[in-house]
Amino acid sequence: MPKTEALNTTEEISSTEVKPSFIEEYAPIAKDGLWDNNAVFAQMLGLCPLLAVSNTVINALGLGIATMMVLIISNMSVSLIRNIVRPEIRLPVFVVIIASAVTAIELVMHAWFHELYLVLGIFIPLIVTNCAIIARAEAFASKNTLGKSFFDGLMMGLGFTLVLVALGTMREVIGMGTLFSNAHIMFGNGMQWLTIEVFSDYDGFLLAILPPGAFIGLAFLLAGRNYIKIKQKNKKKRQKQQDLKLEPGIIS
Amino acid sequence: MKATILRNMMMSAVLLAGFGGLGTALVMMTFEATKEKIAASEKANLLKNLNNIIPPDSYTNNLLDNTLVVPAASQLGNKGPTIIYQAWQEKKPVAVAFSVVAHDGYTGNIKLLIAIKASGNVSGVRVISHKETPGLGDKIEIEKSNWILSFNDKNLEIPARQKWKVKKDGGVFDQFTGATITPRAVVNAVYRALDYYKYNEKKLFLDQAKYDQLYGSTSQ
Repeated sequence: MPKTEALNTTEEISSTEVKPSFIEEYAPIAKDGLWDNNAVFAQMLGLCPLLAVSNTVINALGLGIATMMVLIISNMSVSLIRNIVRPEIRLPVFVVIIASAVTAIELVMHAWFHELYLVLGIFIPLIVTNCAIIARAEAFASKNTLGKSFFDGLMMGLGFTLVLVALGTMREVIGMGTLFSNAHIMFGNGMQWLTIEVFSDYDGFLLAILPPGAFIGLAFLLAGRNYIKIKQKNKKKRQKQQDLKLEPGIIS
Repeated sequence: MKATILRNMMMSAVLLAGFGGLGTALVMMTFEATKEKIAASEKANLLKNLNNIIPPDSYTNNLLDNTLVVPAASQLGNKGPTIIYQAWQEKKPVAVAFSVVAHDGYTGNIKLLIAIKASGNVSGVRVISHKETPGLGDKIEIEKSNWILSFNDKNLEIPARQKWKVKKDGGVFDQFTGATITPRAVVNAVYRALDYYKYNEKKLFLDQAKYDQLYGSTSQ
């Protein structure tokens, strides 16, 4: 035991002496949000809006960005007040912050993205109930600095948006044979050219647009992610074994 | 001991109230900042919907200014009063637009916006909201199919009363493969709207003051 203790102290000293660089500090946050600890893939949070509005790319992008904005605002506010709020009332305070942020975002969307607001409807106020947001407030923002919390909100939101858009792309291409349909409700009337017809004269595949399509699509995405993870793990294992074989002298 | 607990409780309560106040202030500020823009967006959206079914070059007035509120009628399917939007070319009536609700859709109500020319012909119909099955019943939307345009220029005489049905029921309007109930509901709703227009033709182009004077106030 004394040996490990000594190890710990040397580590601590080195960490105080050599301040970790910007990239060293922020890269893990990005990796966490986008892949390792992705809100959907790893935490399985926020699935209700994910499954409900991922029927087209534009809907997915709209809700993804709205969620990201809420995550950033709530993470930053929680980080700012993390030293003032007492632990016994921290959850109600977080809820108040998140609810206010969501309401503000809803009003802004109602004003400037009116048609998108009409399409997304109830799912904008329902961002409040997305557990991913309060989870980040509690697990990250309440313990970290403003800058890091902002970056964490951005990356978690981006990770959520990317999965939403991936699912939206799958469902829209398979279900309707188009991409970016209704692009004008998000980017304005000048952007209607963005709509791509992937297959012309496509009759549509109803299953992909209906709710079961969302579940099946998500299952494929999760399977794909697990496949990549297992492959990476095996690769690392093999690398290790190879290293051991190459330099037998070191182990002995 | 007791005093510290009490003080802690007070502190927590004050903090919580403070954050509640801050949150409310944020929402209030956003509301004030977006209020006008939201009203303008809603108006613009409504006007866009109306212009889709009444050609904008066929009238000269502001549709949103010349409105008439009429009481609920069974033909319209509305529970409350309905707003009639009037299109005028100088002093000549061009068309009226109003919403109709079909209660006999496959899943829930179908809300339509219909415009009828002064001659009694349909100027245009659009679906405002519905809950029909995606891929089947949603072909009533203009984004999905041109079906809704088949009402244009129809009236109570053309086609004849017994032909105001989907083809499956012996009428002239197409149904969709796998969905007959939805188009049937829309056809019936449009017919009822035309019927309503025929019996209220004289009233619908009055201004509100005159209408209230002749037929009693509807604003209560």
